[in-house]
Amino acid sequence: MRGAFALIGSLDGKLLDIVALSLEVSLSAVFLATLLALPLGAALAVARFPGRHALVVLLNALMGLPPVVVGLVVYLLLSRAGPLGKLGLLFTPGAMVIAQTILILPIIAALCRQAVEDAWREYGEQLRSLGVDGMAAALTLVWDIRFSLFTAVLAGLGRASAEVGAVMIVGGNIDGVTRVMTTTIALETSKGDLPLALGLGIVLIVLVLALNAAADVVKQAAQRRYG
Amino acid sequence: MILPLRLDRVSFAAGGREIVAPLSLEIGAGPNTVILGANGAGKSVLMRLMHGLLAPTAGLVAWNDGDRGRVRRQQAMVFQRPVMLRRSARANVIFALQAVGVAGKERERRADEALREVGLSHLAERPARVLSGGEQQRLALARAWALHPEVLFLDEPTASLDPSATREIETVIKAFDASGTKIVMATHNLGQARRLGDEVIYLHQGRVLERAPVDEFFKQPATAEAAAFIKGELPWV
Repeated sequence: MRGAFALIGSLDGKLLDIVALSLEVSLSAVFLATLLALPLGAALAVARFPGRHALVVLLNALMGLPPVVVGLVVYLLLSRAGPLGKLGLLFTPGAMVIAQTILILPIIAALCRQAVEDAWREYGEQLRSLGVDGMAAALTLVWDIRFSLFTAVLAGLGRASAEVGAVMIVGGNIDGVTRVMTTTIALETSKGDLPLALGLGIVLIVLVLALNAAADVVKQAAQRRYG
Repeated sequence: MILPLRLDRVSFAAGGREIVAPLSLEIGAGPNTVILGANGAGKSVLMRLMHGLLAPTAGLVAWNDGDRGRVRRQQAMVFQRPVMLRRSARANVIFALQAVGVAGKERERRADEALREVGLSHLAERPARVLSGGEQQRLALARAWALHPEVLFLDEPTASLDPSATREIETVIKAFDASGTKIVMATHNLGQARRLGDEVIYLHQGRVLERAPVDEFFKQPATAEAAAFIKGELPWV
Protein backbone atom coordinates (compact mmCIF):
# COMPACT_ATOMS: atom_id res chain seq x y z
CA MET A 1 0.00 0.00 0.00
CA ARG A 2 2.81 2.36 0.93
CA GLY A 3 4.54 1.49 -2.33
CA ALA A 4 1.35 2.34 -4.21
CA PHE A 5 1.10 5.84 -2.70
CA ALA A 6 4.85 6.39 -3.20
CA LEU A 7 4.38 5.68 -6.90
CA ILE A 8 1.45 8.08 -7.18
CA GLY A 9 3.33 10.71 -5.17
CA SER A 10 6.42 10.50 -7.35
CA LEU A 11 4.31 11.23 -10.47
CA ASP A 12 6.19 8.54 -12.26
CA GLY A 13 6.44 9.44 -15.98
CA LYS A 14 5.43 6.03 -17.19
CA LEU A 15 2.44 6.00 -14.89
CA LEU A 16 1.35 9.44 -16.16
CA ASP A 17 1.54 8.22 -19.77
CA ILE A 18 -0.67 5.27 -18.94
CA VAL A 19 -3.20 7.51 -17.16
CA ALA A 20 -3.19 10.01 -20.04
CA LEU A 21 -3.78 7.31 -22.67
CA SER A 22 -6.60 5.80 -20.61
CA LEU A 23 -8.35 9.16 -20.41
CA GLU A 24 -7.76 9.88 -24.07
CA VAL A 25 -9.22 6.55 -25.21
CA SER A 26 -12.22 6.51 -22.88
CA LEU A 27 -13.15 10.18 -23.31
CA SER A 28 -12.88 9.89 -27.12
CA ALA A 29 -15.13 6.83 -27.02
CA VAL A 30 -17.63 8.64 -24.78
CA PHE A 31 -17.61 11.65 -27.12
CA LEU A 32 -18.20 9.56 -30.24
CA ALA A 33 -20.78 7.29 -28.61
CA THR A 34 -22.70 10.28 -27.22
CA LEU A 35 -22.77 11.95 -30.62
CA LEU A 36 -24.32 8.85 -32.16
CA ALA A 37 -26.37 7.55 -29.24
CA LEU A 38 -28.37 10.65 -28.30
CA PRO A 39 -30.07 11.13 -31.70
CA LEU A 40 -30.55 7.36 -31.95
CA GLY A 41 -32.12 7.02 -28.50
CA ALA A 42 -34.27 10.12 -28.99
CA ALA A 43 -35.52 8.96 -32.38
CA LEU A 44 -36.44 5.59 -30.93
CA ALA A 45 -38.28 7.38 -28.12
CA VAL A 46 -40.65 9.38 -30.34
CA ALA A 47 -40.90 7.16 -33.41
CA ARG A 48 -43.75 4.69 -33.81
CA PHE A 49 -43.20 1.80 -36.21
CA PRO A 50 -43.77 -1.95 -36.22
CA GLY A 51 -41.04 -3.78 -34.36
CA ARG A 52 -40.17 -0.75 -32.28
CA HIS A 53 -40.77 -2.55 -29.03
CA ALA A 54 -38.49 -5.42 -30.03
CA LEU A 55 -35.80 -2.88 -30.92
CA VAL A 56 -36.14 -1.23 -27.50
CA VAL A 57 -35.71 -4.63 -25.80
CA LEU A 58 -32.70 -5.38 -27.99
CA LEU A 59 -31.11 -2.03 -27.21
CA ASN A 60 -31.65 -2.56 -23.49
CA ALA A 61 -30.09 -6.03 -23.78
CA LEU A 62 -27.07 -4.60 -25.59
CA MET A 63 -26.26 -2.58 -22.47
CA GLY A 64 -24.93 -5.87 -21.14
CA LEU A 65 -22.61 -6.53 -24.10
CA PRO A 66 -19.57 -8.45 -22.80
CA PRO A 67 -16.43 -6.36 -23.47
CA VAL A 68 -14.44 -9.40 -24.57
CA VAL A 69 -17.02 -10.23 -27.22
CA VAL A 70 -16.96 -6.65 -28.54
CA GLY A 71 -13.16 -6.85 -28.48
CA LEU A 72 -13.23 -10.09 -30.42
CA VAL A 73 -15.60 -8.77 -33.09
CA VAL A 74 -13.62 -5.54 -33.55
CA TYR A 75 -10.43 -7.64 -33.64
CA LEU A 76 -11.85 -9.76 -36.45
CA LEU A 77 -12.98 -6.66 -38.37
CA LEU A 78 -9.62 -4.91 -38.02
CA SER A 79 -7.29 -7.88 -38.33
CA ARG A 80 -5.17 -7.94 -41.46
CA ALA A 81 -7.46 -10.48 -43.17
CA GLY A 82 -10.61 -8.74 -41.95
CA PRO A 83 -12.84 -6.38 -43.97
CA LEU A 84 -11.26 -3.28 -42.40
CA GLY A 85 -7.74 -4.70 -42.19
CA LYS A 86 -6.41 -2.19 -44.74
CA LEU A 87 -6.86 0.63 -42.23
CA GLY A 88 -4.05 -0.85 -40.13
CA LEU A 89 -5.79 0.12 -36.92
CA LEU A 90 -5.34 -3.08 -34.95
CA PHE A 91 -3.17 -2.64 -31.85
CA THR A 92 -3.49 1.15 -31.96
CA PRO A 93 -5.38 3.49 -29.62
CA GLY A 94 -7.79 4.06 -32.53
CA ALA A 95 -8.90 0.43 -32.37
CA MET A 96 -9.44 0.79 -28.63
CA VAL A 97 -11.64 3.86 -29.18
CA ILE A 98 -13.73 1.97 -31.75
CA ALA A 99 -14.22 -1.01 -29.43
CA GLN A 100 -15.21 1.14 -26.47
CA THR A 101 -17.54 3.27 -28.61
CA ILE A 102 -19.39 0.13 -29.68
CA LEU A 103 -19.47 -1.07 -26.10
CA ILE A 104 -21.01 2.07 -24.57
CA LEU A 105 -23.19 3.28 -27.44
CA PRO A 106 -26.10 1.02 -26.42
CA ILE A 107 -25.82 2.15 -22.81
CA ILE A 108 -26.12 5.85 -23.64
CA ALA A 109 -28.75 5.25 -26.33
CA ALA A 110 -30.94 3.04 -24.11
CA LEU A 111 -30.83 5.45 -21.15
CA CYS A 112 -31.46 8.40 -23.48
CA ARG A 113 -34.40 6.58 -25.05
CA GLN A 114 -36.01 6.11 -21.65
CA ALA A 115 -35.40 9.71 -20.54
CA VAL A 116 -36.72 11.21 -23.79
CA GLU A 117 -39.75 8.94 -23.74
CA ASP A 118 -40.61 10.13 -20.22
CA ALA A 119 -40.17 13.74 -21.32
CA TRP A 120 -42.32 13.13 -24.40
CA ARG A 121 -45.15 12.09 -22.09
CA GLU A 122 -44.95 15.51 -20.47
CA TYR A 123 -44.21 17.67 -23.55
CA GLY A 124 -45.77 15.62 -26.32
CA GLU A 125 -49.16 17.28 -26.60
CA GLN A 126 -47.74 20.77 -26.33
CA LEU A 127 -45.10 20.12 -28.99
CA ARG A 128 -47.59 18.51 -31.35
CA SER A 129 -49.93 21.45 -30.79
CA LEU A 130 -47.10 23.73 -31.92
CA GLY A 131 -46.59 21.52 -34.95
CA VAL A 132 -43.27 20.08 -33.77
CA ASP A 133 -43.00 16.31 -34.16
CA GLY A 134 -40.70 13.60 -35.42
CA MET A 135 -36.95 14.21 -35.29
CA ALA A 136 -37.39 17.93 -34.57
CA ALA A 137 -39.34 17.04 -31.42
CA ALA A 138 -36.78 14.40 -30.46
CA LEU A 139 -33.87 16.84 -30.69
CA THR A 140 -35.84 19.56 -28.88
CA LEU A 141 -36.37 17.13 -26.01
CA VAL A 142 -32.74 16.02 -25.95
CA TRP A 143 -31.69 19.65 -25.63
CA ASP A 144 -34.32 20.35 -22.99
CA ILE A 145 -33.36 17.42 -20.75
CA ARG A 146 -29.65 17.67 -21.54
CA PHE A 147 -28.68 17.88 -17.88
CA SER A 148 -30.59 14.69 -17.06
CA LEU A 149 -28.77 13.01 -19.92
CA PHE A 150 -25.50 13.66 -18.09
CA THR A 151 -26.28 10.53 -16.10
CA ALA A 152 -26.52 8.45 -19.28
CA VAL A 153 -23.18 9.81 -20.52
CA LEU A 154 -21.59 9.17 -17.13
CA ALA A 155 -22.81 5.58 -17.20
CA GLY A 156 -21.05 5.23 -20.54
CA LEU A 157 -17.90 6.81 -19.16
CA GLY A 158 -17.99 4.46 -16.18
CA ARG A 159 -18.23 1.45 -18.43
CA ALA A 160 -15.48 2.66 -20.77
CA SER A 161 -12.98 3.52 -18.08
CA ALA A 162 -13.59 0.30 -16.14
CA GLU A 163 -13.51 -2.31 -18.87
CA VAL A 164 -10.40 -4.30 -19.64
CA GLY A 165 -11.48 -7.08 -22.02
CA ALA A 166 -12.08 -5.07 -25.19
CA VAL A 167 -9.01 -2.83 -25.01
CA MET A 168 -6.85 -5.80 -24.11
CA ILE A 169 -7.88 -7.72 -27.23
CA VAL A 170 -7.81 -4.91 -29.82
CA GLY A 171 -5.02 -2.88 -28.23
CA GLY A 172 -2.77 -5.74 -27.27
CA ASN A 173 -1.51 -4.00 -24.11
CA ILE A 174 1.71 -2.90 -25.86
CA ASP A 175 4.02 -1.05 -23.50
CA GLY A 176 4.09 2.66 -24.32
CA VAL A 177 1.59 2.34 -27.18
CA THR A 178 -1.69 0.81 -26.09
CA ARG A 179 -1.18 0.16 -22.41
CA VAL A 180 -3.94 1.72 -20.31
CA MET A 181 -4.76 1.62 -16.63
CA THR A 182 -7.02 -1.42 -16.61
CA THR A 183 -4.76 -3.55 -18.79
CA THR A 184 -1.74 -2.55 -16.71
CA ILE A 185 -3.52 -3.50 -13.51
CA ALA A 186 -4.35 -6.92 -14.95
CA LEU A 187 -0.80 -7.44 -16.17
CA GLU A 188 1.03 -6.19 -13.07
CA THR A 189 -1.22 -8.21 -10.79
CA SER A 190 -0.36 -11.39 -12.68
CA LYS A 191 3.35 -10.45 -12.60
CA GLY A 192 3.16 -9.81 -8.88
CA ASP A 193 3.94 -6.03 -8.97
CA LEU A 194 1.14 -5.22 -6.59
CA PRO A 195 2.17 -1.63 -5.67
CA LEU A 196 1.91 -0.46 -9.30
CA ALA A 197 -1.38 -2.31 -9.81
CA LEU A 198 -2.82 -0.89 -6.61
CA GLY A 199 -1.52 2.61 -7.37
CA LEU A 200 -3.19 2.58 -10.76
CA GLY A 201 -6.35 1.22 -9.22
CA ILE A 202 -6.47 4.15 -6.82
CA VAL A 203 -5.79 6.67 -9.59
CA LEU A 204 -8.54 5.12 -11.73
CA ILE A 205 -11.13 5.34 -8.98
CA VAL A 206 -10.15 8.89 -8.04
CA LEU A 207 -10.38 10.01 -11.68
CA VAL A 208 -13.81 8.47 -12.18
CA LEU A 209 -14.96 10.07 -8.94
CA ALA A 210 -13.56 13.47 -9.97
CA LEU A 211 -15.24 13.36 -13.40
CA ASN A 212 -18.58 12.42 -11.83
CA ALA A 213 -18.28 15.13 -9.20
CA ALA A 214 -17.49 17.75 -11.85
CA ALA A 215 -20.46 16.62 -13.93
CA ASP A 216 -22.70 16.81 -10.88
CA VAL A 217 -21.62 20.37 -10.08
CA VAL A 218 -22.52 21.46 -13.63
CA LYS A 219 -25.83 19.59 -13.49
CA GLN A 220 -26.86 21.09 -10.15
CA ALA A 221 -25.97 24.61 -11.24
CA ALA A 222 -27.91 24.16 -14.47
CA GLN A 223 -30.96 22.83 -12.69
CA ARG A 224 -31.01 25.78 -10.33
CA ARG A 225 -30.69 28.08 -13.31
CA TYR A 226 -33.27 26.55 -15.66
CA GLY A 227 -35.66 24.79 -13.28
CA MET B 1 -60.26 31.39 -43.23
CA ILE B 2 -60.03 27.92 -41.72
CA LEU B 3 -63.38 28.33 -39.96
CA PRO B 4 -66.01 27.00 -39.82
CA LEU B 5 -64.93 23.73 -38.26
CA ARG B 6 -67.32 20.86 -38.84
CA LEU B 7 -67.55 17.70 -36.77
CA ASP B 8 -69.58 15.07 -38.53
CA ARG B 9 -70.76 12.16 -36.34
CA VAL B 10 -67.46 12.27 -34.49
CA SER B 11 -66.96 9.79 -31.67
CA PHE B 12 -64.06 8.75 -29.53
CA ALA B 13 -63.57 5.60 -27.50
CA ALA B 14 -60.61 4.46 -25.44
CA GLY B 15 -60.19 1.13 -23.70
CA GLY B 16 -63.64 0.04 -24.77
CA ARG B 17 -65.26 3.06 -23.12
CA GLU B 18 -67.05 5.65 -25.18
CA ILE B 19 -65.82 9.09 -24.10
CA VAL B 20 -67.42 11.15 -26.83
CA ALA B 21 -70.64 9.77 -28.31
CA PRO B 22 -71.22 10.35 -32.02
CA LEU B 23 -71.86 14.08 -32.30
CA SER B 24 -72.09 16.65 -35.05
CA LEU B 25 -71.18 20.27 -34.43
CA GLU B 26 -70.30 23.33 -36.41
CA ILE B 27 -67.98 25.89 -34.87
CA GLY B 28 -68.10 29.13 -36.82
CA ALA B 29 -66.21 32.39 -36.58
CA GLY B 30 -67.68 34.98 -34.26
CA PRO B 31 -69.09 34.32 -30.81
CA ASN B 32 -66.92 32.85 -28.08
CA THR B 33 -67.86 29.24 -27.55
CA VAL B 34 -67.70 27.80 -24.06
CA ILE B 35 -67.82 24.04 -23.70
CA LEU B 36 -69.37 23.50 -20.30
CA GLY B 37 -69.70 20.29 -18.38
CA ALA B 38 -68.75 18.36 -15.27
CA ASN B 39 -65.45 16.54 -14.85
CA GLY B 40 -65.40 13.53 -17.12
CA ALA B 41 -68.05 14.93 -19.46
CA GLY B 42 -65.56 14.65 -22.33
CA LYS B 43 -64.67 18.36 -22.69
CA SER B 44 -60.92 17.85 -22.93
CA VAL B 45 -61.26 14.99 -25.39
CA LEU B 46 -63.64 17.02 -27.54
CA MET B 47 -61.15 19.93 -27.59
CA ARG B 48 -58.32 17.57 -28.58
CA LEU B 49 -60.43 16.08 -31.36
CA MET B 50 -61.08 19.58 -32.70
CA HIS B 51 -57.44 20.66 -32.38
CA GLY B 52 -56.24 17.46 -34.04
CA LEU B 53 -54.29 16.01 -31.12
CA LEU B 54 -56.61 13.01 -31.10
CA ALA B 55 -57.95 11.19 -34.10
CA PRO B 56 -61.66 10.33 -33.83
CA THR B 57 -62.59 6.67 -33.53
CA ALA B 58 -65.28 7.35 -36.12
CA GLY B 59 -66.57 10.39 -37.98
CA LEU B 60 -64.94 13.33 -39.63
CA VAL B 61 -63.30 16.54 -38.36
CA ALA B 62 -63.13 18.97 -41.25
CA TRP B 63 -61.97 22.57 -41.51
CA ASN B 64 -63.14 24.97 -44.18
CA ASP B 65 -59.60 25.10 -45.56
CA GLY B 66 -58.22 21.91 -47.08
CA ASP B 67 -54.56 22.95 -46.65
CA ARG B 68 -53.34 21.04 -43.61
CA GLY B 69 -50.34 23.29 -43.01
CA ARG B 70 -52.48 26.41 -42.96
CA VAL B 71 -55.04 24.74 -40.71
CA ARG B 72 -52.31 23.86 -38.24
CA ARG B 73 -50.74 27.32 -38.29
CA GLN B 74 -54.06 29.09 -37.79
CA GLN B 75 -54.91 27.40 -34.50
CA ALA B 76 -53.32 27.29 -31.08
CA MET B 77 -54.14 25.59 -27.83
CA VAL B 78 -53.52 26.49 -24.20
CA PHE B 79 -53.66 23.57 -21.80
CA GLN B 80 -54.68 23.35 -18.18
CA ARG B 81 -51.06 22.91 -17.17
CA PRO B 82 -48.64 24.89 -19.34
CA VAL B 83 -45.57 23.00 -20.55
CA MET B 84 -42.52 25.21 -20.93
CA LEU B 85 -39.12 24.37 -22.33
CA ARG B 86 -36.03 24.89 -20.19
CA ARG B 87 -35.12 28.20 -21.73
CA SER B 88 -36.10 31.82 -21.20
CA ALA B 89 -39.71 32.98 -21.40
CA ARG B 90 -38.90 34.87 -24.57
CA ALA B 91 -37.11 31.88 -26.11
CA ASN B 92 -40.22 29.78 -25.50
CA VAL B 93 -42.30 32.19 -27.57
CA ILE B 94 -39.62 32.36 -30.25
CA PHE B 95 -39.53 28.55 -30.38
CA ALA B 96 -43.23 28.45 -31.23
CA LEU B 97 -42.77 31.06 -33.98
CA GLN B 98 -39.82 29.15 -35.38
CA ALA B 99 -41.95 26.00 -35.52
CA VAL B 100 -44.41 27.70 -37.87
CA GLY B 101 -41.63 29.15 -40.00
CA VAL B 102 -41.60 32.83 -39.03
CA ALA B 103 -38.33 34.49 -40.07
CA GLY B 104 -35.66 35.58 -37.56
CA LYS B 105 -36.18 39.33 -37.08
CA GLU B 106 -39.95 39.02 -37.27
CA ARG B 107 -39.83 36.26 -34.62
CA GLU B 108 -38.19 38.58 -32.12
CA ARG B 109 -40.56 41.43 -32.85
CA ARG B 110 -43.63 39.26 -32.44
CA ALA B 111 -42.29 37.56 -29.30
CA ASP B 112 -41.67 40.92 -27.64
CA GLU B 113 -45.08 42.19 -28.67
CA ALA B 114 -46.79 39.07 -27.28
CA LEU B 115 -44.92 39.27 -23.97
CA ARG B 116 -45.95 42.92 -23.68
CA GLU B 117 -49.56 41.97 -24.37
CA VAL B 118 -49.70 39.56 -21.42
CA GLY B 119 -47.62 41.81 -19.17
CA LEU B 120 -44.53 39.63 -18.98
CA SER B 121 -41.97 41.89 -20.66
CA HIS B 122 -40.10 42.33 -17.39
CA LEU B 123 -39.69 38.55 -17.06
CA ALA B 124 -38.72 37.91 -20.69
CA GLU B 125 -35.21 36.70 -19.92
CA ARG B 126 -36.23 34.65 -16.85
CA PRO B 127 -36.10 30.85 -17.31
CA ALA B 128 -39.70 29.88 -18.08
CA ARG B 129 -39.79 26.96 -15.69
CA VAL B 130 -39.06 29.06 -12.63
CA LEU B 131 -42.03 31.37 -13.25
CA SER B 132 -45.13 30.96 -11.07
CA GLY B 133 -48.11 28.94 -12.28
CA GLY B 134 -50.04 32.05 -13.24
CA GLU B 135 -47.06 33.58 -15.03
CA GLN B 136 -46.43 30.34 -16.91
CA GLN B 137 -50.06 30.28 -18.03
CA ARG B 138 -49.79 33.89 -19.20
CA LEU B 139 -46.62 32.88 -21.05
CA ALA B 140 -48.58 30.05 -22.68
CA LEU B 141 -51.08 32.69 -23.81
CA ALA B 142 -48.25 34.88 -25.09
CA ARG B 143 -46.94 31.90 -27.04
CA ALA B 144 -50.38 31.52 -28.60
CA TRP B 145 -50.75 35.29 -29.12
CA ALA B 146 -47.51 35.49 -31.08
CA LEU B 147 -48.87 32.95 -33.54
CA HIS B 148 -51.85 35.23 -34.37
CA PRO B 149 -54.17 32.23 -34.66
CA GLU B 150 -57.62 32.35 -36.14
CA VAL B 151 -58.85 29.92 -33.47
CA LEU B 152 -57.64 29.56 -29.90
CA PHE B 153 -58.56 26.46 -27.91
CA LEU B 154 -58.38 26.80 -24.13
CA ASP B 155 -58.72 23.70 -21.99
CA GLU B 156 -59.60 24.71 -18.42
CA PRO B 157 -56.92 27.41 -18.55
CA THR B 158 -57.47 28.62 -14.99
CA ALA B 159 -58.42 25.38 -13.25
CA SER B 160 -55.23 25.25 -11.20
CA LEU B 161 -54.81 28.99 -10.57
CA ASP B 162 -55.78 31.31 -7.72
CA PRO B 163 -58.42 34.03 -8.20
CA SER B 164 -56.03 36.87 -9.01
CA ALA B 165 -54.08 34.82 -11.55
CA THR B 166 -57.43 33.72 -12.97
CA ARG B 167 -58.46 37.36 -13.45
CA GLU B 168 -55.22 38.11 -15.29
CA ILE B 169 -55.73 35.14 -17.58
CA GLU B 170 -59.32 36.16 -18.30
CA THR B 171 -58.16 39.67 -19.20
CA VAL B 172 -55.79 38.23 -21.79
CA ILE B 173 -58.52 35.95 -23.15
CA LYS B 174 -60.74 39.02 -23.59
CA ALA B 175 -57.91 40.72 -25.48
CA PHE B 176 -57.71 37.70 -27.79
CA ASP B 177 -61.43 38.03 -28.39
CA ALA B 178 -61.09 41.76 -29.09
CA SER B 179 -58.33 41.06 -31.62
CA GLY B 180 -60.72 38.87 -33.60
CA THR B 181 -59.53 35.43 -32.56
CA LYS B 182 -62.25 32.83 -32.23
CA ILE B 183 -62.21 31.46 -28.66
CA VAL B 184 -63.23 27.89 -27.90
CA MET B 185 -62.88 27.25 -24.18
CA ALA B 186 -63.63 24.23 -22.04
CA THR B 187 -64.47 24.96 -18.43
CA HIS B 188 -66.50 23.65 -15.51
CA ASN B 189 -66.50 27.12 -13.94
CA LEU B 190 -69.95 28.68 -14.31
CA GLY B 191 -68.78 32.19 -13.47
CA GLN B 192 -66.06 32.01 -16.08
CA ALA B 193 -68.52 30.71 -18.67
CA ARG B 194 -70.76 33.73 -17.99
CA ARG B 195 -67.87 36.20 -18.04
CA LEU B 196 -66.20 34.99 -21.21
CA GLY B 197 -68.75 33.05 -23.21
CA ASP B 198 -71.17 34.18 -25.89
CA GLU B 199 -72.61 30.73 -26.44
CA VAL B 200 -72.56 27.57 -24.38
CA ILE B 201 -72.23 24.00 -25.56
CA TYR B 202 -73.30 21.84 -22.64
CA LEU B 203 -71.64 18.45 -22.62
CA HIS B 204 -72.90 15.59 -20.48
CA GLN B 205 -71.43 12.07 -20.59
CA GLY B 206 -69.91 12.66 -23.99
CA ARG B 207 -73.07 14.06 -25.54
CA VAL B 208 -74.04 17.61 -26.50
CA LEU B 209 -77.24 18.18 -24.58
CA GLU B 210 -77.61 21.89 -25.29
CA ARG B 211 -76.23 24.68 -27.36
CA ALA B 212 -77.54 28.12 -26.59
CA PRO B 213 -76.55 31.77 -26.11
CA VAL B 214 -75.02 32.21 -22.69
CA ASP B 215 -77.87 34.26 -21.14
CA GLU B 216 -80.51 31.91 -22.38
CA PHE B 217 -78.59 28.87 -21.17
CA PHE B 218 -78.28 30.20 -17.65
CA LYS B 219 -81.82 31.62 -17.48
CA GLN B 220 -83.69 28.77 -19.07
CA PRO B 221 -81.72 25.59 -19.48
CA ALA B 222 -83.60 23.26 -21.79
CA THR B 223 -82.60 20.01 -20.13
CA ALA B 224 -82.90 18.76 -16.56
CA GLU B 225 -79.20 17.81 -16.55
CA ALA B 226 -78.10 21.33 -17.47
CA ALA B 227 -80.48 22.84 -14.93
CA ALA B 228 -79.06 20.58 -12.23
CA PHE B 229 -75.50 21.40 -13.26
CA ILE B 230 -76.20 25.14 -13.06
CA LYS B 231 -77.73 24.74 -9.63
CA GLY B 232 -74.61 22.91 -8.59
CA GLU B 233 -76.35 19.64 -8.15
CA LEU B 234 -74.76 16.41 -9.20
CA PRO B 235 -76.45 15.60 -12.47
CA TRP B 236 -75.98 11.83 -12.15
CA VAL B 237 -77.67 11.48 -8.75
